[in-house]
Amino acid sequence: MNKKVLMQGNKVIAEAAIRAGCRFYAGYPITPQNEIPEYMAENLRKIEGGTFIQSESEIAAIHMVIGASAAGARAMTSSSSPGISLKQEGISSMAACELPGVIVNMMRGGPGLGNIRPSQGDYFQATRGGGHGDYRTIVLAPATAQELADLTMEAFDLADKYRGPVIMLADGMMGQMMEPVVFRTPRPRNYHDDFIMKGAEEGKSKIIRGLILDPLDMEEHNWKLDRKYKLISQTETRHELYKADDADIIIVAYGTAARIAKGAIKRLQDSGLKVGLFRPITLWPFPERELRELAERVEDFLVFEMSTGQMLEDVRLALQGYAKISFHGRPGGIVPTPAELANVIVRHCDERCKDI
Amino acid sequence: MMIKSIFSGFGGQGVLMMGYVFAHGAMSKGYQVTYLPAYGAEVRGGTANCTVAVADEEIASPIASEPDYVVALNTPSLYTFQNRIAAEGTLFLNSSIINIRPTRQGINVVEIPCGEMAEKIGNPRVSNTVMMGAFIKKTGLFSPDIYMKSLEVVMGGKKKSVMEINRVAFMAGYDFLNI
Repeated sequence: MNKKVLMQGNKVIAEAAIRAGCRFYAGYPITPQNEIPEYMAENLRKIEGGTFIQSESEIAAIHMVIGASAAGARAMTSSSSPGISLKQEGISSMAACELPGVIVNMMRGGPGLGNIRPSQGDYFQATRGGGHGDYRTIVLAPATAQELADLTMEAFDLADKYRGPVIMLADGMMGQMMEPVVFRTPRPRNYHDDFIMKGAEEGKSKIIRGLILDPLDMEEHNWKLDRKYKLISQTETRHELYKADDADIIIVAYGTAARIAKGAIKRLQDSGLKVGLFRPITLWPFPERELRELAERVEDFLVFEMSTGQMLEDVRLALQGYAKISFHGRPGGIVPTPAELANVIVRHCDERCKDI
Repeated sequence: MMIKSIFSGFGGQGVLMMGYVFAHGAMSKGYQVTYLPAYGAEVRGGTANCTVAVADEEIASPIASEPDYVVALNTPSLYTFQNRIAAEGTLFLNSSIINIRPTRQGINVVEIPCGEMAEKIGNPRVSNTVMMGAFIKKTGLFSPDIYMKSLEVVMGGKKKSVMEINRVAFMAGYDFLNI
């Protein structure tokens, strides 16, 4: 059995990536994710075929990942919010060219340079594609160090399976916190040789490009991508339920906010209030069918985010007016306490009683 | 059971190390743990701190709004955290360099002259380990053996003499406290 180790979140991602077979990493430093490039610099050089590059910019890093991916490497880059904005041009290219790759975003307060505290303000950017053009990216939102490890490995598998960029969306707290983690043995890579550029005189010529000038060809390519996204939406949603079985009110939260929500729910255990949690693990595809099913017996949903309300819109789309939806948010790099959220829930329930 | 502790002091006093080794020890004893360091734009000579949560159930939030234990190695830490300690909680205080005493009532105060004790042992750098000896005895979460084993893992490959002086320092702190 693999051993349990105490490890910082950023390093967990880096170690999981290396174990999953990532052999190319390019990145540019930014707090709070610097331990990822630090760990990659130290450890990729010890591995045969491993390449670490501290690039001259975030834009360079994502394009290096594109090149490595086209050449058949499992490739990754990481950054935090402002740096991820810079990478969008490349992420859009990867979607167009159908190149696999993993992009890690340890979110911080924004917009602009914002601050370096944990935040969840990049939900829209991550789940709506982020760059220009008609595309989607799979977005995974871990909430524990164990999930950082498991989902990083899974991100590489999903990137290969659907040939496109996969976003790991966490925040500064997940990146800085240490927790025990057991690294599972990764699945062997399953990626067809046909998609790999091997250079001259290595089989048939291949073209990888995102520039498709004929609008009919472009439309055809768009529909092809769309079929892929539909398939992903149908098959790849993941979520966790906590104390939801007999709940009267469901908190919807992801990542760090979901941990805080769990803490709040525990605090309310003896209060008589029946509170449960719905935690999306894939933010795109959003687990909307699963949330919608909950609305068949729960009428009251409270969305909690460390932002001014972004996932809130996906919850509205999923519930389609079938349930009441409220919101509590703390943007800007504030990490609220479970005690605060518990007070918010109690107040919310008091007001609901007044309505009845 | 859920115990949250904050370790705080000047950058360089070894506060992050204390928390890390404590968390590692608790993990090897079989507890759930989280370790959260303060990060970012800290200033030289300012305070560093970390929060460790130890529990026999899943830990939701790694942040301590009401820590059960606070270890203050310098005066600013005392000012920052004395009013956050839970009622009946315990403050460990480095009495070698903290000249004031907490104004906060309703908490236990454990004074350890860990700076002087470390000097006497022969290296001022082990004062954090002296403090941890007292901390582990008071909290009773696990044995000195487990702490020393975790220290060895965390320090990885340091010289035997470094481990030895830390062992002496730890036991000095452990024995200093009469419970």
